[in-house]
Amino acid sequence: MQLDDLYRRVIMDHYKNPRNRGTFDNDAVTVNLNNPTCGDRISLQILLKDGIVQEAKYTGEGCSISMSSASMMTEAVKGKTMEQALDIANRFSSLMKGEEVDFDDYEDLEALSGVNKFPARIKCATLAWNALRKGIDEENKVQ
Amino acid sequence: MNPSIREQFPILHQEINGHPLVYLDSAATSQKPRAVIEAVKHYYEYENSNVHRGVHTLGSRATDAYEGAREKVAKFINARRTQEIIFTRGTTTALNLVASSYARANCKEGDEIVITQMEHHSNLIPWQQVAKETGATLKYIPLQPDGHIELSDVEKTITNNTKIVAIAYVSNVMGLIHPVKQIAEIAHRNGAVIVVDGAQSTPHMKVDVQDLDCDFYALSGHKMCGPTGIGALYGKKALLESMEPIEFGGEMIDDVGLYESNWKELPWKFEGGTPIIAGAVGLGAAIDFLEQIGMDEIAHHESVLAAYATERLSEIDGLTIYGPAKRHVGVVTFNLGDVHPHDVATVLDASGVAIRAGHHCCQPLMRWLEVSSTARASFYLYNNEQDVDRLVSALIQTKEYFGDAT
Repeated sequence: MQLDDLYRRVIMDHYKNPRNRGTFDNDAVTVNLNNPTCGDRISLQILLKDGIVQEAKYTGEGCSISMSSASMMTEAVKGKTMEQALDIANRFSSLMKGEEVDFDDYEDLEALSGVNKFPARIKCATLAWNALRKGIDEENKVQ
Repeated sequence: MNPSIREQFPILHQEINGHPLVYLDSAATSQKPRAVIEAVKHYYEYENSNVHRGVHTLGSRATDAYEGAREKVAKFINARRTQEIIFTRGTTTALNLVASSYARANCKEGDEIVITQMEHHSNLIPWQQVAKETGATLKYIPLQPDGHIELSDVEKTITNNTKIVAIAYVSNVMGLIHPVKQIAEIAHRNGAVIVVDGAQSTPHMKVDVQDLDCDFYALSGHKMCGPTGIGALYGKKALLESMEPIEFGGEMIDDVGLYESNWKELPWKFEGGTPIIAGAVGLGAAIDFLEQIGMDEIAHHESVLAAYATERLSEIDGLTIYGPAKRHVGVVTFNLGDVHPHDVATVLDASGVAIRAGHHCCQPLMRWLEVSSTARASFYLYNNEQDVDRLVSALIQTKEYFGDAT
């Protein structure tokens, strides 16, 4: 088991210098999710307009994997259509299953590929993505 | 502690991620000695049958083994009568039995249930539910900064309206022993019963339910070298007799009519369905094993180890230990700077050191400590100073690995 497979430099960079951390005042969808097994929590805000993710920010508490994944997720989906965002989320799920996936649109995500070798940590990496799916679902229900 | 004790735990003799295993998560579940594994195997190979039914020889063997285990549990915690021991799935089921049967029948609006913010979820949520359903009020005994309870606060919190006081004998997070005997006296003086969560005390120290004078006492087999899926509820005979069963079916009945049925006597009226026979046999073997070593010897070993661990961990810059400076039992809960406990546990696991990270089923306590989660190392009779040294060096590596995060 190689720790460096898990804690790649890109991950530690997102952990220590998180992107899109914070909140914004706007007519945004807010999703609060917990990981009840470990106490990690995320509050994700996404602003969806004309079918496009205009803005995404998050706050929360968690380990390096869950927080770096949230940082990357928000970077990856900003400016994308909802369909594109869901496609990235689906590819991320495949990545967690150990499948080969390309993230041409946001290569940092590939750094999380090592997580699938640490089964206990997969739920850390997927927390932010579950929040994204829930947010898009809620938006679709409203429309 | 005799080093040969460690030899009796087969699971400890393996490598994890290229390093000899250091198991420091016994507060979650203990490892099992060969004697327990063999007892379960022997039961299935030579005695397996249903209990209290068969006329055949195997039926008698299984019944004797099962009821023999009940006698061992009764003696182990010094219950006055064997019939005061109800086998359950574990502590959670035992506490829920008291909540569902005794508490729902005896609590009403205006009554109080007194607990602490340090309780494991299994000794908190059942009482929340009872309070919601009956209109009783849930009250919390305040905690001191290091987590201990002042008896003067207990006196103030428990009143004539209090019907139930529920508290852990030993905290699964803070490494401290609560003055349960004194709390029982205060509860009784106010006409309340006391329910003791013994999940973390029974494996680690001598327990005497008559001396504590507790009304109910719950324990889990898997934390005391026994199998998972077996535990027990001790209750004073008069209280248990006054209670209705919560599970109905085979095994627990005396006479069944079309519209009315009645129940067997204690303890069987609470044991509907085929019980966890092999689990009980394994628990009996675990009790024999622990008694052979001696509970005082085990408690002493763990307190020496906890003191050593506290001292060594305190040497690590940026490490915070939660709970009293002098640990009462072998549980040390801590955080390493800003490194998330999950990350700490993963890096430690890469060195073969198994600890727990998370909220330890104590979310209200985590909020009181103002942390989202913590790391926890917990010790048992098979751990030694080398294990502590391995923990400390792995933590130092973790600190280096995460660099300025600490």
